[in-house]
Amino acid sequence: MSAVATPATSTSRPTVTGDPGLSMAGRVRRSLSKRSASAVAMLIAIMWTVPTFGLLVSSIRSETNIKTDGWWNWFAHPEFTLANYKEVLFGGDVSLSTFFINSLVITIPSVLFPLAFGALGAYALSWMEWKGRDWVFILIFALQIVPLQMALVPLLRLFSKGLEIGGAQIIPALQLVGPQKFATVWFAHTCFGLPLCIFLFHNFMSELPRELIEAARVDGADHARIFRSVALPLIVPALASFGIFQFLWVWNDLLVALIFAGGGPVTAPLTVKLADMVGSKGQEWQLLTSGAFVAIGVPILVFLALQRYFVRGLLAGGLKG
Amino acid sequence: MSETAQKFLMLFYGVAAFAVVVGVVLLLADFAPKRGREKIQVALFIGPPLLLVSIGLVVPAVRTSLMAFKDSFGDKWVGLENFQWMFTSPDARTVLINTAIWVVLTPFIATAVGLIYAILIDGSRFESVYKALVFLPMAISMVGASIIWKFIYDYKETGTAQIGLLNQVLVWFGAEPQQFIVNAPWNTVFLIVILIWIQAGFAMVVLSAAIKGIPTDMIEAARLDGVNPFQMFFRITLPSIRPAVMVVYITILIATLKVFDIVRTMTGGNFDTSVIANEMYNQAFRYDEDGKGAALAVFLFVLVMPVVVYQVRTLRRQRMESR
Repeated sequence: MSAVATPATSTSRPTVTGDPGLSMAGRVRRSLSKRSASAVAMLIAIMWTVPTFGLLVSSIRSETNIKTDGWWNWFAHPEFTLANYKEVLFGGDVSLSTFFINSLVITIPSVLFPLAFGALGAYALSWMEWKGRDWVFILIFALQIVPLQMALVPLLRLFSKGLEIGGAQIIPALQLVGPQKFATVWFAHTCFGLPLCIFLFHNFMSELPRELIEAARVDGADHARIFRSVALPLIVPALASFGIFQFLWVWNDLLVALIFAGGGPVTAPLTVKLADMVGSKGQEWQLLTSGAFVAIGVPILVFLALQRYFVRGLLAGGLKG
Repeated sequence: MSETAQKFLMLFYGVAAFAVVVGVVLLLADFAPKRGREKIQVALFIGPPLLLVSIGLVVPAVRTSLMAFKDSFGDKWVGLENFQWMFTSPDARTVLINTAIWVVLTPFIATAVGLIYAILIDGSRFESVYKALVFLPMAISMVGASIIWKFIYDYKETGTAQIGLLNQVLVWFGAEPQQFIVNAPWNTVFLIVILIWIQAGFAMVVLSAAIKGIPTDMIEAARLDGVNPFQMFFRITLPSIRPAVMVVYITILIATLKVFDIVRTMTGGNFDTSVIANEMYNQAFRYDEDGKGAALAVFLFVLVMPVVVYQVRTLRRQRMESR
């Protein structure tokens, strides 16, 4: 009862039902003192970190120990081996290095294309005057939310019927149909990434000072010129933000890859192979732990290095909607 | 040529195509005839992205909507048969119920955890470290996260040494080890934990920024009035950041509706854990039941439709005000 709230606050809150409520509040208040607050924060932080940490520790233990002994015993008997990584990356029946390359080949163009088209489109929506502009913007904005599931089957059919024509236009003839499949994955990721991309860039681009653009116009620059030399340099932080977004999304994607890249070693990315391994080698923890780290290592590095841009993009995209 | 070299050649072609396309667009814009140059430039700038979203999203979405009313081969119109299947067959009903459980639990808990954590660490000495730790799962693929948690949930028979942390904890407390991802209906909850683990970091980062945006004098005034932490939370913090909370909740809600990777990786939809997006994949791409798959996709779309309408209305209001 010693920690009762001041009269001013307790009267301004008529719903409080007398003493029990107040003493409750008092107790809660005490329990929420600074020290216990950081204890709770610490607890959440530990709960959020331990799962990944356990996997990391396991990935450097020997196969027998992983399978028969809890990873927490590692602290009692530390050991270190890279054998699991060697096996999962280059071993005969898994060979994740192949899939790692596939992930790279899928991801790089899938990030570049939306960046370019998104910047062009966002400029047209921000600074060019044309009929129907607002409607197109609303359409693209709404498309951000439309589930991919609505597009998958017809788009796949479009590819399977028009692949040669579409493929040959973009890419010179390759002997194999195999690696050509990458183009369809790029195309799908570009289309699916564009709405968010345009929206994000539009948020940044439309906030450039009007005087800047108009001064350039008065100097006789046309839109192509202003885009290149004024708008584009100024939205570099937005380009970085979306670049990271799209990178993480494409690198981590499973659904689009399953459908457009298939499951084979020629085009399937890491996620597809890993998901497959969970099914076919569910108890081979020496492969799953190290394999998971091969797949999540790259995004974690990118994320840690560029966290600032990532957060900025998150806030711009999330809060303005 | 080795396969790897072919892949890198393909990558080179992709990047080259990118350079060529961008170069051509800008070049055409530069050399457009003086007369009507504005119009040509508009077409060059907005044309390609508009074409891409039309081919990649709009037209396919329309075709999927039509397919939902056709049979599995897309030949015959069958009216509402696919939707009837979706709401009456026991399997499909489990899918809908599971999705409902996901939608009720995930956005709420993830937002709540993110918010509480953001408040607790606000102004702490190691705030950025605290943030990075909880935010990190955002960078991990859902497949990777699933493996991480599958290891936590691993089950060995009673008496054998456990290698899954959760079962070891149970054993330490003298309880029987459980098959967490096999036993329905709780297995769905254990899958949900994974998505919460991923999304709480997103909630935390956005809400933390919003909390920092609350004017200091408002907080000071409240503090002078002697409000306790709970009153501070419900009367100052929460009302001030309500828009951000809404955005976070809605964003996670949409992500939850579309959840696929976790279910597919953890159980493949077995043990009564399937959800709409997973079932849609199975019907359309494994059983060749295009009609049923399309119906599930359309239903997913109908579920997010209110969000689309709400967001568009908010957007239009904002644009009106900013004029």
